[in-house]
Order: sequence, then structure tokens, then C-alpha cells
Amino acid sequence: MKIQKEAMAGTLESSDLLVKVMPNTGIEIVINSDVNKQFGDQIRAVVNQTLNDLNVTDGLIIIDDKGALDCAIRARIQCAVLRGAEEENLDWSKLL
Amino acid sequence: MTTSINQKIDDLLKQHPDLKNITPFIDANATTPYLKDESKYTRKLCDSIEQAIKKCELRDGMTISFHHAFREGDKVINKVVETISKLGIKNLTLASSSLLSCNATLIPHIEAGVITKIYTSGLRGKLADAISHGLMDNPVHIHSHGGRVKLIQSGEINIDIAFLAVSTADEQGNANGVSGKSQCGALGYAMVDAQFAKKVVLLTEDIVGYPNNPASIRQDQVDYIVKVDEVGDPTKISVGAARITSNPRELMIARYAADVIEHSGYFEDGFSIQTGSGASSTAATRFLENRMRAKNITASFALGGITASIVDLHEKGLVKRLLDTQSFDGAAGQSLGRNKDHIEVSTNVYANPASKGASVDELDIVILSALEIDLDFNVNVLTGSDGVMRGASGGHCDTAAGANLTIIVAPLIRSRIPTVIRKVTTIVTPGESVDVLVTDHGIAVNPARPEIAERLKEANLPVMTIEELYQRAIALTGEPKPIEFKDKIVGIVHFRDGSIIDVVRQVKD
Repeated sequence: MKIQKEAMAGTLESSDLLVKVMPNTGIEIVINSDVNKQFGDQIRAVVNQTLNDLNVTDGLIIIDDKGALDCAIRARIQCAVLRGAEEENLDWSKLL
Repeated sequence: MTTSINQKIDDLLKQHPDLKNITPFIDANATTPYLKDESKYTRKLCDSIEQAIKKCELRDGMTISFHHAFREGDKVINKVVETISKLGIKNLTLASSSLLSCNATLIPHIEAGVITKIYTSGLRGKLADAISHGLMDNPVHIHSHGGRVKLIQSGEINIDIAFLAVSTADEQGNANGVSGKSQCGALGYAMVDAQFAKKVVLLTEDIVGYPNNPASIRQDQVDYIVKVDEVGDPTKISVGAARITSNPRELMIARYAADVIEHSGYFEDGFSIQTGSGASSTAATRFLENRMRAKNITASFALGGITASIVDLHEKGLVKRLLDTQSFDGAAGQSLGRNKDHIEVSTNVYANPASKGASVDELDIVILSALEIDLDFNVNVLTGSDGVMRGASGGHCDTAAGANLTIIVAPLIRSRIPTVIRKVTTIVTPGESVDVLVTDHGIAVNPARPEIAERLKEANLPVMTIEELYQRAIALTGEPKPIEFKDKIVGIVHFRDGSIIDVVRQVKD
């Protein structure tokens, strides 16, 4: 999936996260998290996995995490990427 | 006359040489020179905080104390320390009954060496963050409300000057927090300082006619009185930890807590209860009314930490007496002034394990919060899961030790942070004092109280083991990576008897 334009998903509420995606050559991921000390590695892993599942190979991904659970992180990333990719024909099975 | 009394004293000493320290009479006002003129009405009044500090002869190395009844609305602690700082006095011990987010302005005075040692029940906000990151050379001493009185009695906290905010005082120092403009309600902490400090300075917004009534702080305890523009903002008492919630999850936990109380075996006519700070804890009261009416019972007393919802039950006749050491909101403060069975108690009466009688010992049920609770039911209410101090010991370990049934209420997870963990970051209250944990995912009973577990199961409440709650939390959040600390100890946690139960180390960033 290719990110064509800047897009966002999520909020800065506690237990949520704000995901910004932008077109870029190569993949670049910036993660800021309130729970970085305890969960930084796990958050990075779920971010990488989700982008991988969506076949995102290029893009600048900026994440402001307020202690979201993995399911919320996946959902917000999927949403932001889909908004930025302007994809018409979705393969929903890949989003599960 | 003087010659004759001297002659008489000589005769007396010849017959009774052991009386050599007696003083011959000089004149009627030898010890009360202010009675010779009009100054007897004004002798305690000071024009400014600075004048009061000078009259008390505050010097380097002394201990100053405050109360925190205005919580986040306090206007006295920062102002007095700033004044002291301008006078160039250094190396003081600050013994406030607690410190909150509003005290962040103390940081530059700590950096400048005005304050070099702190005793407090808790720390919040930027001050807590700075101290957790090694701001001070000396570790901060954390004590419970009852434990503070014991530390004062034993001399470990030796208060030279107490600066006490009151809403009204008369010219002699009879003072309270239930009249005048900015009322904080009960002065339970201040009553102790007024009793033990070598010098007592009142800061008040209003000097009223003599004699002021009630006199929570009495004239025979007070040295000086300063009129100031404002002592505190009562609307900020019930923010932060003492807030009122409309959050559905917190209300759900509160309802579970009421269910636990109803079926615990302690919900009988004449029972007694305290709700600690924290949203779910104070909200549990709201769910008790119907249950009390259905069973046709009333409570003999509520202790605390009194809130508007407890006052409501009192005024409906469901709780006979309120013992109040700190009013958690404006409604509680007003009730203290209005209701004769709403009784102000010092923290010595409230919770000191070394006092001749502590009210917590009479308590049936207490509902308390937790930042973390571990598999042994040990509770942390001081440090966050990032290792930074952000809470207060308060009356937690005092009431948990005294009460017959100690209920901890907490959400299973806060954002991604699990509340139930393997080992708490800091122990404030030992697990042996804790009986039941109520979360939004289920209820765990300390294995030491099997009879309570049985009663709750019979009532079809979702009882599970604390290990099961832990597994559930970790399934949602993942296993947190342990926080890294440096060697330096930044906090010493006293149990209520003064002993050391844990230490807090500087966090690594």
C-alpha cells in the first residue's frame, strides 16, 4: 500500500494514540509514548508488524502514543494508512 | 515591700534550702508586660509574614511546618517559603503535612539551598518529578497522616515554627477553617502542629472579634497572627485526587465496592466507614444509600477525609456522626460549621498509632485507592509505574491497619499500565493489612480472609484470585519492562509507626 498524501487517525486522549502518515522515500517511523519505558519495544513491534501487514514500504509515520493497547495501535495505523493511500479496492482480510 | 519579701525569702531558704530556685515577687505584670498598656490587644498581630518570621527568630537549620487542608488551592506554603528565601535563611527542614502540584514553585528554593530536607505525606506534579530525578541531596521522608504525629512526638520532626493557614482568627489566635471567606473545613493537621511547634504563626484572611468560635486552634497555642489577602482557594480542594467522577468505569468499580460492603459480613446496624481519596473510593458512598435503606440500618460514624456524599448520608440520618480530620470539598467544610454531629478531630485522634486512642482502630470498613497492588496484596500509592513519585501515603496504611475490612479499589489497567503487578514499585501499605481488591474486571480476596471470599461468592460477585486478575491485565497490556533506577535513594517511606518500609531510588532517564 502506498501513502499518497498526508493523513491522520486517532486522538491524544489517554489510552489512545495519534498516527500521522506522510509520503516518503523509504520507511521512517517516529514513536513518542507515555509508556515508552515499560512498553517501547512492544509498541515498536506492533507498529512494524501492522505496517508490514499493510505492505507499506515507503512513508513517514509519526506516532504520539498515550498508553494505547495493541489493538488500538493496530486500528489507528490501519486507518491513517488507508486514508493516506486513497485505496479504492480494500482487501479487508489483510486488516484483521 | 521588696526588702520585706527578700527578708521573708531569706528566712524561707534557711528553713528549706531545697527551694533555692524560687523567684521573689517583682510587680503584677513582670511576666505580662503587655498588660500595662493597650498592647495586650495587639501584641500577637504582625503587619507582614516577614515581621512574623523575624519575631519568631527563624534561623538557618530550623524546621518549619504547614498543613495542606487547601490541597491544590493552597496560597500559604509557597508564599512563606518565598519570604524566607528573601531573608537569606538557608538549610531549613520543610515539614508540611503534604505537598501537591501547586508547590512546584518550591523547586528554585530547594535548588538555592533554602530547603534542604523535606518531610511530607506525598508529592505530586513537577516538584515530585524533580525530586524523583535527584533534585535534593537528602532523601525526602514520606510519612502517613498518623505516622507524622508519631514522628513529631518522638522528636524526629522537631517543629520550630508552624505557619498555619486559617480562614478566621481573633486577636488572641482562636482560629478555625469553617468561618470567613476561604474555608478549608477541618484543621486536623494544623491542630497537631499548633500543639507541638515551639512557635505558632497563624495566617488568616479575617481577624474577627474575640472570642472566635469554634477554636480548632486555641489562643494558648498561638504566638503571632498575620492578616494576608488570601490563604487558599477552597474550590481547588476537590481537584486531583479528591475529585468527583462521572467516569463510567470508575462508577462501576464504586458499585462493585458497594456490593462487596453489602455482602462482606460487616454491613450491620451501627457499622462505620471511611472512603479514602480517589474517584472510585469517594463514589462508592453514592451506592450505599439504597443498600442501607433496604436493610434498614444506619452507620454509627464515618471517618476521614469527609466528602459531600458522606455529608449527604449524614444529613439524611443514615450516618450518625462524622469524624473529620480533613474536609475533601466545600460541602464537607460547610457541614462541619453547621452540623453538631460533624466533629473535627486532629490527626493524632484520627490515626496516630502512638496516641492513647486512634479513631481508625474503631473503623469497620475502609475503601482505599492504589496506583499498584501486587500478588501479595502490597499496595503502592506513592510512585507511578515509571518510578516517579506522584501520590501520597495519606491515611492509607493507618486506616488499612485499623479497619476490620480494607477494600482497595482500582481499575485493572490505566491506559496501558497494569495496576495488578508481580511486585509493587514501592510498598506503602503491607499486604497483611489489605483484605479485598475490587477492579473493573473482578474481585480478589486476600487468602488470609477465606470467610469474606465465601460470602462474596455466595452473593454471586465475580470473585477470582489475584493471580487471575494479574494474568488478565498482562494479557491486555503485555508484560511491562522493569523500570531502571540509579543507586541514589531519593525517598524514604515510613510506615505509620515510624519504621522504614521501603525506599525510592532516582529514576534513570
